[in-house]
Amino acid sequence: METNQYIEVFLDESREHLQAVNDHLLELEKQPEDTSIVGEIFRSAHTLKGMAATMGFEDISSLTHKMENVLDLIRNDQLVVTTELIDITFNCLETLEEMVESIAEGGDGKKDVSDLVNQLEAIEKGEQPASKESENSSNTVETVTALEVDEYQKTVMDQAKEQGFQSFQVTVTLNEDCMLKQARVFMVFEVLEDLGEVIKTVPSVEELEEEQFDHHFSVLLLTKEEAEEIRSKVMKISEIKQVDLSPFSDRKIEKQENNQKEGTQKEKTQPEKSENNKQQSQKKQAQSKSIRVNIERIDRLMNLFEEVVIDRGRLEDISRKIGHNELIETVEHMSRVSKDMQNMMLTMRMVPIEQVFNRFPRMIRGLAKDLDKKIELEISGAETELDRTVIDEIGDPLVHLIRNSVDHGIESPQERSAKGKPEEGHLQLTAYHNGNHVYIEIEDDGAGINREKVESKAIKNGILTEEEAEKLTDEEVYPLIFSSGFSTAEQVSDISGRGVGLDVVKNTIESLGGQIFITSTPDQGSKFTIQLPLTLSILSAMLVNVQKETYAIPLSFIEETVMLKNDEKMFVNGQAVMDFRGKVVPLVSIQTIFEVPQNIEQNDKQDEAVVVVKKGDKLTGLVVDNFMGQKEVVLKSLGNYFKDVFAISGATILGDGSISLIIDPNALMKG
Amino acid sequence: MNKPSKVIVFQLNEEQYGVDITQVISIEKLTEITKVPKTSDFIKGIINIRGEITPIIDLKDRLQIGRSEYTDDTRVLIVQMNDVQVGLIVDSASDVIDIDEGSIDPPPKVIGGVSETFIIGVAKLKERLLILLDMEHVLDLDEVNEIKSVTNES
Repeated sequence: METNQYIEVFLDESREHLQAVNDHLLELEKQPEDTSIVGEIFRSAHTLKGMAATMGFEDISSLTHKMENVLDLIRNDQLVVTTELIDITFNCLETLEEMVESIAEGGDGKKDVSDLVNQLEAIEKGEQPASKESENSSNTVETVTALEVDEYQKTVMDQAKEQGFQSFQVTVTLNEDCMLKQARVFMVFEVLEDLGEVIKTVPSVEELEEEQFDHHFSVLLLTKEEAEEIRSKVMKISEIKQVDLSPFSDRKIEKQENNQKEGTQKEKTQPEKSENNKQQSQKKQAQSKSIRVNIERIDRLMNLFEEVVIDRGRLEDISRKIGHNELIETVEHMSRVSKDMQNMMLTMRMVPIEQVFNRFPRMIRGLAKDLDKKIELEISGAETELDRTVIDEIGDPLVHLIRNSVDHGIESPQERSAKGKPEEGHLQLTAYHNGNHVYIEIEDDGAGINREKVESKAIKNGILTEEEAEKLTDEEVYPLIFSSGFSTAEQVSDISGRGVGLDVVKNTIESLGGQIFITSTPDQGSKFTIQLPLTLSILSAMLVNVQKETYAIPLSFIEETVMLKNDEKMFVNGQAVMDFRGKVVPLVSIQTIFEVPQNIEQNDKQDEAVVVVKKGDKLTGLVVDNFMGQKEVVLKSLGNYFKDVFAISGATILGDGSISLIIDPNALMKG
Repeated sequence: MNKPSKVIVFQLNEEQYGVDITQVISIEKLTEITKVPKTSDFIKGIINIRGEITPIIDLKDRLQIGRSEYTDDTRVLIVQMNDVQVGLIVDSASDVIDIDEGSIDPPPKVIGGVSETFIIGVAKLKERLLILLDMEHVLDLDEVNEIKSVTNES
């Protein structure tokens, strides 16, 4: 069976449902009495089971099936929520996630789940008779599902009868292992519509299309054919297990009503079921407002739009040159419209950081358990949006940093009470927008960074000499923990401390065009601040001239531009520096660094144009010949052919079609 | 090695060279080149080919047979190799011809000052010889980067 085309949808939805289960489990742990939460979990697990079975991932479906059984007991108040129970469910969830990820990576999603299944069964068996009863009751409900008809359908039936049509209730049961139920349903419908007219289905057509049924569904059919004829035709479709036909009449409705009154259990369960359906359909409505678009398509759209941005720049140039008023107006209008478009396009790629943050509560819970620490995680600003590419990359660094904080930062409850702090450690995860950047902060109220340990380790690793170490400020010492091979934890645990993490964190963040800062106070905690650019491909830049060449410097790095008089330039140890608001700032000449050939005669120039760029607290002045102005440019990679060109992050195409290189000020910073 | 059957003929110094037509995307006139600092000498910089940033190589410099002087005849062959699009500066690009596989000889040690590593073979035409270049080798990234790292260290 060809199911490949559904894999992506399956993966996406599975992840969504697993996330939902995760969230609700955490909630449930806080309020174990709330059975409505259990209901939510049950629904997600159920959908997951259905999808996995359709796709043929049996291990997932068998595990979710057992989870469902247990959850069902809880829902029916036959089982009390305990920590062990939640732990096991979390274990199941983890296993499920692993399986889903393995499928995502092209695996078969197979995993030995017998252990977990046994555990779940053990829980289930604790209340064996009860569980059987509930299963029975649900069975009875399902088989009795009869068709109810409204007034309109009744009239249709009456009219049909006059014209010699008979009405049948056709109940079709599919094979248990049927993979694409939706396709089978479709085939059944095609056959039935050939034979007569389908006027009602249970469940509804929408639900059938979304495979929201177990293995059977009923149809009310108006036809002139004989019952046997219908049965044999439907049975010809493969993967159909059984077809039941019974003549439909008003009497049946009455009977069914009686039935309902008699069976108290049914009455109990049925409203619940319909309530479920209602909630589901409400959910559906909310979802229908958004569509899934393949990220590749958006990327392609973005690429095309970049071309438009380039042409826009070109048109602006040309219209200015020609000076035709109407042309200028039109171009300006187009510029405004395309700027709006650009913003829209960017927001399309934006995803709330919630996606990344979501996995942390459970991680913290697990870590705290493993380490015997008490930790409270507070998340704010989860709705902050970031470029999809950034979201994909930022997860791992954050995991590292959080593990770091939990492992090294926050002390054990004993230590904490000895220090007079509350036993429960506090971890704050914050995201917010500021200007062209997004900031993510991870703040703990733990022990802070031990300066001496960092120093001695740095000296041992040969990063620092002892003399240097004495001169450095705290702010200069802390970033040393990002150098490779660095771990100040005395004991290497399996959570962190192998010293491979933090330098990778820094590299990843810098490769995204971001930066990371640390502040820390002994015994009060540390704060890691990550600064990330809002978008990666279109950036505001300052264009500068160096001799005949044009370079672009990203605005996000620029602190200020200065015209420097010749006599304001000073030299310290042979290094040119300038005085910038009381600070000594080293000067770097772009012309020298990039070996730009001298083409223009320099007639005893009075002033030098300096772009002051900033990284963290460090300032550096880049000496150029002229400022040309600010422009939105499209960052284009230099391609594979150039690898790691020094201090160049890419190129952009200017309005006149020429290319200018984009400077990466990070590499030009002088310490 | 695949012997080309339809080749684009171009000129470097006095010699005529050929390159498999399937590897060539287009032939462009030379526009202004933006230099990229601190790269190998034979990489002249980048140009804009319909919105694509394309590195430009002086083919003569790459083959170590001198340097190009830019004239009106100077052309840029845009070639594609392993997902990399690169422009090659040549003195002129004149012709597209069919070559019979039988007329191709294996490369001699050195021809026209070009070492054999860059050559697939030599095609004997009626009155002239055509040197068929091995584009994969000319654009070999590893070798290019090797050269680059040497220049960076110095």
